[in-house]
Amino acid sequence: MNIHTIADHLNSLADNSDTGMSFDCQPISGEVDVLQISIIGREEIPVFVSVTEDQILCISYLWGVDEVKSDSIAAMHESMLEMNIPMPLSSFSKIGDKYVIFGALSINSSYSDVEHELAVLSNNALEVIDDMSDYLN
Amino acid sequence: MSIFKKIMTAVRGGASEAGEAIIDANATRIFEQEIRDAENHLTKAKRDLTGVVAEQMAAQRDVERLNREIAEHEGYAGQALEKGDEALALAVAEKIATLESELATQQQALASYTGNADRLKELVKKSERQVAEHKRQLSMVKTTESVQKATSAITDNFSSSNSKLLSAKDSLERIKAKQQKFDDKMKAAEMLESEDSDVSLAAQLKAAGIGAQDSSANSVLDRIKAKQK
Repeated sequence: MNIHTIADHLNSLADNSDTGMSFDCQPISGEVDVLQISIIGREEIPVFVSVTEDQILCISYLWGVDEVKSDSIAAMHESMLEMNIPMPLSSFSKIGDKYVIFGALSINSSYSDVEHELAVLSNNALEVIDDMSDYLN
Repeated sequence: MSIFKKIMTAVRGGASEAGEAIIDANATRIFEQEIRDAENHLTKAKRDLTGVVAEQMAAQRDVERLNREIAEHEGYAGQALEKGDEALALAVAEKIATLESELATQQQALASYTGNADRLKELVKKSERQVAEHKRQLSMVKTTESVQKATSAITDNFSSSNSKLLSAKDSLERIKAKQQKFDDKMKAAEMLESEDSDVSLAAQLKAAGIGAQDSSANSVLDRIKAKQK
């Protein structure tokens, strides 16, 4: 399992994915290979996938610290913590000055697990932005 | 300092700069070497354990055999006494004494093998737990580094592609608008389809001479004639 085999699988699905979503994959080269996955109709919030020795990490960027209303940051953190467990399969984190939502899968997951993860992560991301929009500029 | 704290300190302390490692590469290599060493020890301990358990089983078998032989000879000695053959009974008793001393030696060996096996089993379990724990810690370090490297690749890609980063709210608005447009299209398509079917139904009715018919020249003439009357 690496980003290229994941891309091949998602491309081969075309319009016939179980999730009803169409994925557009674009590898980004760097010290660590990353796959940028755009879901058709949701191109603004892509999912980034990287594969390490023991896990597959799927990350979507939510918003930057600078987008949070200055007097709302503590309340937002608390809401995010409270939502973390109820939210299916995904969790929150922060990379640098960006809040992210992510899911980690075992390296032994099946392609359909990965596909399911991507769909759930994308749905969660949209819902979280909607739910947290009161805290955002 | 725990690995967790090291990662926290490094991330907070601005080591999130691209290219800067959480824990220097040398320390990671040493850690990996330690894990490999521990795994080697583990393999050796498991091999030793196999040997000790084999000896333990052999000693156990010897103890059982000796016990059996002693019981057997005690039977013989009894029979010799019943027959009044004191000399034979004494000879058998001497044999029993030899067997018993052999039994004592074997029992001692068995106890020692059992002790060794237990100790080795405990050691193997402990080492296995330690190796798993080290691997988990190494995975944390490597994942943090991988995420940082991935982030810098993503950031580089964004800035080179000139794509303007939208705010989360704007992105969501756009996605919702696209979804709305898609839904509208679906609805429009449905409506058109149903209109189409209305049209085709009307055509069928007309062909069958049912319902409103096109006005023909004859029918117009009839109407004018009727007015003139």
